[in-house]
Order: sequence, then structure tokens, then C-alpha cells
Amino acid sequence: MGWLGPEEWQAVALSLRVSFWATLVALPIGIFTAYALARWRFPGKQVVNGLVHLPLILPPVVTGYLLLLTFGTTGPVGGLLEKVGIVFAFRWTGAALAAGVMAFPLMVRAIRLSIESVDPKLEEAAATLGASRAWVFVTVTLPLILPGVLAGAILAFAKAMGEFGATITFVSNIPGQTQTLPSAVYAFLQVPGGEGPAMRLVIVSVVIAMGALLLSEVVARRAASRVAGG
Amino acid sequence: MTLAVDIGHTLGGFRLDVSFDAPPGVTVLFGRSGSGKTSVINAVAGLLKPDRGRVAVDGAVLVDTDAGRWLPPHRRRLGYIFQEGRLFPHMTVKQNLSYGRWFAGNGATESMDHVIDMLGIGHLLSRRPGGLSGGEKQRVAIGRALLAGPRLLLADEPLAALDEGRKAEILPYFERLRDEVSVPILYVSHSAAEVARLATTVVVLQDGKVVRQGPAGEVLSDPEVMPTGVRGAGALLVARVARHHDDGLTELEAGGAALFLPMVAQEVGREVRVRVAAHDVILAREKPVGLSALNLLPGTVSAIRPGDGPGTLVSLETPAGTVLARVTRRSAQALGLEVGAACHAVIKTVAIAPEDVGGL
Repeated sequence: MGWLGPEEWQAVALSLRVSFWATLVALPIGIFTAYALARWRFPGKQVVNGLVHLPLILPPVVTGYLLLLTFGTTGPVGGLLEKVGIVFAFRWTGAALAAGVMAFPLMVRAIRLSIESVDPKLEEAAATLGASRAWVFVTVTLPLILPGVLAGAILAFAKAMGEFGATITFVSNIPGQTQTLPSAVYAFLQVPGGEGPAMRLVIVSVVIAMGALLLSEVVARRAASRVAGG
Repeated sequence: MTLAVDIGHTLGGFRLDVSFDAPPGVTVLFGRSGSGKTSVINAVAGLLKPDRGRVAVDGAVLVDTDAGRWLPPHRRRLGYIFQEGRLFPHMTVKQNLSYGRWFAGNGATESMDHVIDMLGIGHLLSRRPGGLSGGEKQRVAIGRALLAGPRLLLADEPLAALDEGRKAEILPYFERLRDEVSVPILYVSHSAAEVARLATTVVVLQDGKVVRQGPAGEVLSDPEVMPTGVRGAGALLVARVARHHDDGLTELEAGGAALFLPMVAQEVGREVRVRVAAHDVILAREKPVGLSALNLLPGTVSAIRPGDGPGTLVSLETPAGTVLARVTRRSAQALGLEVGAACHAVIKTVAIAPEDVGGL
């Protein structure tokens, strides 16, 4: 892409990769969490609900700092993971972790809403026809919440693309390693003559955000018409 | 196959204590809403975990709280037909029908073609439930339950959500199920007409207790059994189709007496059951003359049961069987009705609707 300079292109590619993996890894955890919050009754449910929503309410810088304390190489979790070869600090994987954590509440909210709209009576009917709980989920619940899952995933992807505060606090702003699109825009704006590249990145992010939004509309409409009219 | 149920459960302030045995055929749990019918059927299905008790089908124990046994719903091999159908909206009719069959593996014995044919749903297979009428949905729901290879079919007021026309459309399918498929059926209903047409055995529930159980004819002709109130009272007569007349009437023969009904769509010689609602019966001490009603049954009064209002329920033993008549207390006094009195029951031909007549 000749229009973007190598450094800009690097930031865009990194952001796409970070957001893709953040969304992909968060999705199954998000579906599980949403299902548990929507359907199960267990002690400490409000605490779990609060923890899930924490990144939405906390200043992103605080979230990033907490991630650094926990997943940094000297942190309790980061230290353990380092022994098995997984390092987050100052790597693109760390950026993905930060993006995933920040996007998680949005994803869970969207999926939880769609799970709550599924009639449990349909799941009961499936059980009487011989489906175990896991099969009920795969054959009835999941297909019915697919629009919500897709909406949640796209929302999470868009949020991950734009994540800045937690990322820069947790993994800094290293070009080619952790410099995502928003970090690059920020970096360009700090140096004289950086307005040009910054503006190009702004256009790229607007295009990606609009594209994601349109895609989610199309997908949701198609999925909704497929299951319409119970 | 027999189903043995003995359960106790408390739901809010409602206490359920039910024990009954269901022989082969259709067993109807009969009672008004709130009598605990649905809780019983849900406990059999495994959708409700009873506080105590035991449920067994053919010796296979589904629940036994004393032994700490509770089989989850998906391992009970029952087919449940719900009031609202509960078809899967994201699947085609064909996929809905195949759903339970897939889990049953080779436990499914009914052939797909036979069930589709019997229910007349062949033209719907590629459609989605969203576009089906209420009656069509319910037929698919019956097929789906049946194709799961159940050892027992459960039906919870499967006609209650349908209008009268659709009810008349679906009822015959349950009769065919009873007559053509060997799977026994536990059927929940608050409609005396449905009970009269389908039931082999009736279990009457009231306030969470079984107040009466037995063969359908016996239970329904008992004036003491009126779970849905005196308005729902009616007797069940078993008759044979004698001949079809040119003027649109069918002549039935019941215990030597002739009964004329609007055209009954059954072959000559077939046995049918006819429900005669108590409020459609008029009593006369003398054999009436110059009367437009075609059906006149002589009999003897066997019981008189006063109701709460001005009405009274009179049981009459006739050659055709026990007939219930609902008359006012004033008429009963004026006629000098008492147990042992000779009497004639007058039944208007057109009062007996096609829904009241079923194959046996």
C-alpha cells in the first residue's frame, strides 16, 4: 500500500492482528460468562458481574497499570506464565490482552442480552427430546443467539481497534511491537510534521470502524430473518 | 407398559400429593387449571424435581427420592408435546422432526415416512415453523415427540392454544396415535369433551390430590366427579354405528336403544363413544309424545346430586348406559324425582356435536 508509509502500515497491520486475536480469544470466554450471568444462580454472581464491567468504568490507564502489575514479568501471573514461555509485557500479545480485557464488558453485555431473549422453554423441549445440556447449547441456544454473538464480536473488535489508554500503560508504544493505530496517531501528533501520517491513520480507522458497523448490520439482519417468527 | 407415579411436592403454598397408575392407552389427567396437572406431567418429564416420590415407566425408575435417583430429562426417553408446540424456530420442519430421532439413535422405532404420512405434514417439510398455522405447528410437534422413539408420550393441554376449528383438526390425530401407535400417552386436559373422546383411563385431580381414577366411561358417568364444575358434567355412552340415513343422520345402537346423531364419519359396525353433556338432557316422567327430539331413552334414577346453585344433577340408568341430566331443583321436585323413579331421558340430536363423538 503506497498510500501509507511503512511505519503507518505497520501500525494498521498490528492493530488488525491485535484486535483479531483479542476478539477471537475473548469470544468463547465471553459467551461462557454471558451464559453464566444470564442463566445460572451462584453465590458471588454480583461480584463476577462487577469484575466483568470494571474495565468499562475504570480509567483505562488504571486498567493498564493493574494489567502491568498482574501480567508484567515480575507480576504474580506474568511471572508464572514466563516460565512456560508466554510473555505479555511489551509484546504485541500484551496489546492483545489489554484490548481483549477492555472489549470484554461490551461483548458480554451484547451476548447476555441475546441469551436472555432465548425462551428457556425451547431448551427444555430440546432436553425432553434427548439432548444433554451441552447439546442443547450447541443445537438450540447458540444458533438462536448468533446475531447477538456476532454483534458482540464486532463491537469488541471495534473497541479493540480503538483501545489506547490501557495498551500504552501496559505495553508502552514500541513501533512494530506494541504501537497500535491509536498509539501511532498519538506518536505522530507529538512530533513536528506528523499531522499528515496522523490524518491518514485517522481515515483508515474511520473506514475500518464504518466497515465493521455495516458488516454487523448486514450479519445481524440476515441472522434475524433466519430465526424470525418462532 | 405401565406408568407408576407417586410424588409429593410443595410449590409456594401449593401442596401436590399425587399417586396413580396408568395402564396402556391414553391416561388423561383431568382437572381445572391450578389443580397441579402440569406439575405432575413435568415431574414425569424431569422438568420438575419433586420433593419426594417415585416415578417408573415399565419398571425403569425415572425418579426415586428414597434411593437418591433422579434421571435428567434427556435420558428419560419420553416424548413431550407442549401446549405451545415449542418448535425450534431456526430449523425447518424436517430438522425439527429429526431432532429427537438423532439423539435416540437406533432407539427410534417409528418410521419417519409413516409419521409424516399419518400427520399429513409432508408438504411442510422444508418450511420453517414461523410460517405455519397453529394446527400445523401442533401436528409437527406431535411428530417430533413421536419420532424421538419415546416409551411414553406426554401431552400438556396440546389443544388449549388452538381455536375450535383447529381443535377439531388435531383431535383425530391423537385418536390415531392411540389406535395405531403402541406408545402410551399421558395427556393433561381440563376439557371434558377431550377426555371423553381420548381417555382410556381418567385420573381426576383437584387441589393437588387425586380424587378419582379409573376407566373413562366409569369415571365420567359418575355425578360426583365434576372437576370442571357442573357445567362440564356429561356421560359417556358406547354405541355401534347401525346405519347412515339419507337425511344426514346416523343411527347408533347402544344396548338395544337407538340413538340418532348428525352424520358420524365412521363405518357401519364400528364402535364409537358419544359424550352427552348433562345440560343437553331433558327428563320426563311419562313417555313424551309430539316431541321434536329424536332420542328417547327409558331409565331409572340412580342418584340425585344437588349442585351449589339452583341446579341438580340426576343419574339415570338406561339400556344405553348411565346418562347424566342437569335439571333445576324445582323441576326435580315437581316431577317427584327420587332414586328408583322411572323416567325418560330426552336428548336433542343436534345437541351432540361431531367433537363429542370419537372412535373407540
